[in-house]
Amino acid sequence: MVQVRLWGSLREATGGRDVVEVNASDFKGVLRELEANYPGLKDRIERGVSLAIDGVIYREAWFQPVRPDSEVVLMPLMVGG
Amino acid sequence: MALDDRKRAFKVVGTRVPRPDGIDKVTGRALYGADMSAPGMLHGAILRSPHAHARIRAIDTSRAEALPGVKAVVTSADFCRAKHSFNQDALDHCMAREKALYDGHAVAAVAATSKSAARAALELIAVEYEVLPHVTEIEDALKPDAPVVQEDRRARNAPEGTHPNVTHVVSFGHGDLEAGFARADRVIERSFRTAATHQGYIEPHACLASVTPDGRGELWCCTQGHYYVRELCADFLGMDTSQLRVTASEIGGGFGGKTTVTIEPVALALSRKAGRPVKLVMSRDEVFRASGPTVSSWSDIKIGMTRDGRITAAQAMLRYQGGAFPCGTVELGAMSAFAAYDLEAVRADGINVMTNRPRQAAYRAPGAPMAIYAVESTVDELCQELGLDPLEVRLKNAARKGTKSAYGPTFDDIGLVATLEAAKAHPHYAAPLCPNQGRGLSCGFWFNFGGNTCVTLNLDADGTVGVTEGNPDIGGSRASISMMAAEELGIPYDKVRTIVADTASLGFNDVTDGSRVTFAVGLATIEAARDMIRKMCARVAKIWDIDEEAVIWEDGCARPAGPNAGDFEPMSIAEIAAIANKTGGPIAGHHEVNADGAGVSFGVHLVDVEVDPETGHTKILRYTVFQDAGKAVHPDYVEGQMQGGAVQGIGWALNEEYIYGEDGRLQNPGFLDYRIPVASDLPKIDTVILEIPNPGHPYGVRGVGETSIVPPLAALSNAVARAIGARLHELPMSPPRILQALKG
Amino acid sequence: MSRIHVRTTINGDAVEYLCEAGQSLLDVLRDDLGLTGTKEGCGTGDCGACSVLLDGRLVCSCLVLAAEADQRSVETVEGLADGDRLHPLQQKFLDHAALQCGICTPGFLVAARALLEKNPTPSETDVRYWLAGNLCRCTGYDKIVAAVMDAAAQMRKG
Repeated sequence: MVQVRLWGSLREATGGRDVVEVNASDFKGVLRELEANYPGLKDRIERGVSLAIDGVIYREAWFQPVRPDSEVVLMPLMVGG
Repeated sequence: MALDDRKRAFKVVGTRVPRPDGIDKVTGRALYGADMSAPGMLHGAILRSPHAHARIRAIDTSRAEALPGVKAVVTSADFCRAKHSFNQDALDHCMAREKALYDGHAVAAVAATSKSAARAALELIAVEYEVLPHVTEIEDALKPDAPVVQEDRRARNAPEGTHPNVTHVVSFGHGDLEAGFARADRVIERSFRTAATHQGYIEPHACLASVTPDGRGELWCCTQGHYYVRELCADFLGMDTSQLRVTASEIGGGFGGKTTVTIEPVALALSRKAGRPVKLVMSRDEVFRASGPTVSSWSDIKIGMTRDGRITAAQAMLRYQGGAFPCGTVELGAMSAFAAYDLEAVRADGINVMTNRPRQAAYRAPGAPMAIYAVESTVDELCQELGLDPLEVRLKNAARKGTKSAYGPTFDDIGLVATLEAAKAHPHYAAPLCPNQGRGLSCGFWFNFGGNTCVTLNLDADGTVGVTEGNPDIGGSRASISMMAAEELGIPYDKVRTIVADTASLGFNDVTDGSRVTFAVGLATIEAARDMIRKMCARVAKIWDIDEEAVIWEDGCARPAGPNAGDFEPMSIAEIAAIANKTGGPIAGHHEVNADGAGVSFGVHLVDVEVDPETGHTKILRYTVFQDAGKAVHPDYVEGQMQGGAVQGIGWALNEEYIYGEDGRLQNPGFLDYRIPVASDLPKIDTVILEIPNPGHPYGVRGVGETSIVPPLAALSNAVARAIGARLHELPMSPPRILQALKG
Repeated sequence: MSRIHVRTTINGDAVEYLCEAGQSLLDVLRDDLGLTGTKEGCGTGDCGACSVLLDGRLVCSCLVLAAEADQRSVETVEGLADGDRLHPLQQKFLDHAALQCGICTPGFLVAARALLEKNPTPSETDVRYWLAGNLCRCTGYDKIVAAVMDAAAQMRKG
């Protein structure tokens, strides 16, 4: 199980919690479990998210491994200029 | 791909080499978007709405079509619905469908045999508008009776009762704010406003499109991302991406404003209809009215500080408008607002509202400048009230390795403290000031990105190397990429030539944005070079009849790994190239990746100003930029990014703004009244490059292109506040506003 | 409407063209004569990207009618180099990294040339004020000014 931190506006979909636990070992797994357990997140995830894993931001990296003790933060998909 | 611990005394990286496109650019030979022509070419022109908000009842193009010389007329009817719904807004910005959503919104276009025929044809297009009430300001767009810019675009997570113009509602942060504010000795709350600004690239959008009856297309355009242009245009015209080849011209500035499409799908549609190539170029007026300026903002900041300068709680409410389409930039603003600080209690909320303005596009660190302006100004005001040194307070609260950032992840190695210490130690910080003068400082931050990247290295028969990459060069990146290839291969810089390939010649590359090129394309180049080295060593191992592991690469040659490998003369890259065809065929190295691990870049700016109390004019006396580059591949170009971004920020802080009239029309769509800095406005911009290596890049490179636009806004606001003894809370701080503040 | 026959000299070469009354010199240079080195940034004389010399005088070619070039001489960026030898200004722009995207560079080179022909010993302030009519969005002007000062010094040495 890995802990995933969510940014504030997503907490409505998780009943107010800003940290949830999911059973996943990679980026794709984290997203899949979040969608399955918290259907309110589905829309946001489909529109695009990044995951920060141990401080490094991954934009779309399905196979990026996630360890049980990793710091995982769900973030918006980001663009620059 | 991690920082290479073997590095190292760099031989090429870090030196100042000539750039490959330099001669072409100083002789006028370089070809930009509007410099290309084709046989049989037609000239395109676009008809634009004179109304800020209007329903399009009917468009009669018959008289235009009948004009001699006119070969095609298009409207939204000539485009498909976007295959992917998230692209529909981009298409609607290029050509209005049911409504004209802003002054300058394209409603029709023509292609004709001459510019004058095209202009005459526009006059003959009859558009029946039903003018609707419009709204251009954030506050007005939130009023209960405000016109709704687009139906059914309200944020799905918006609380009950939120205005339909609100398209995004976001929140970031952690900790107990109430407890944090209770612990503060002083809490202040302030409101700030910034106007929309434009990237101000000197080259207007321009393209040349050619679609043939078999459905294949060629597009030449100035863009920061030709692969993305291809993706969007193919979608809007119902073409397979492989049937559309996009070539990126040299680009005359972008800064984020050329990361999307404006006139390109229109040129393609005209060409398809006319059966001839069509050249379409925006006028400066059109660039201002109908490309993509920044958001404007209205923000509330609340910060609590102890007597000795520790921030105990910080809160922001950001309200952005990004034009007539939903715009997510407020998310980036809310994430970056407090990024420079180590905070136990922090919260940044944001909303975006629609207005009748053109669709926002990125401008260097989108969303960050206006948010950090508000935060850094408030921190500075607290420093003034409590009698504390502003640099010391930043140092006291600075984010460092291990800090839980305000936007979520924990920071690894970052350079904020180093840049603050460098500023503190610099003579600028201690230089004396005279009456009417003031000094200001601000931190700045940007995330920087990696992204999808393909690079190929080809070994030419004479041992020189061609690098093929797919990212338009906006600041000298071809030189930096050649440098990294040369460094890795151990060959001289002038034996490497880097080109930017068209979309048919290389795999997908993300847009040149997010300060990603030196980082991601550099990383891919290094990997591709290592791939080529492995292949060359394998060839040599075959020739020497030893194991591959027994051959190493050093200083441009394949060598035996040690005495046990055998006694062989090293083979140079040229010698290997000479026999490549005989030993298996041409040799190339590839790397295709979605790169991650970009390092954030922090900066600090110091500025001294003198304000004339009679005219309200602000003169910049001295300006110093401190920024962490991780590893400066080409120091001249790193300095250039720091100076250029700083000057854009200066313009934003002192002069530049979009001014809309009561009629919802842009009042200043030209360089005379949209006043960007000129040479006589400025002193030298001093630069101090710090190098705290990014653990995510083999040479430690961090992106630098964007951070430098962030600090100037607050640095100038803080300097002016100290120079005049009164604080403005609105940008730009133009002379009339400063005189107003002086009156009290 | 019939077109106007213009005889002019461009970068030392005799050139003839036909133009419409309302066409600008900039349009003719770029669209009809293939001299795309001179750029259009605004079309209203505010940015200096279209700078050329008309009988040795610095002008914005977007504000000059093509017909006005009749019997006069025009010099553009394409005429700066002498064969394969760069003008000192061009070389110094490269040496000092005084260009990033390069779109404003032709205008700056022509304007700087006009300055140095008029005043071979400009101060930094002279240079900044003379070039105030040329907009650059990439560089912040720092390296441009350094390049022009260095070119002036070199040209004084002869």
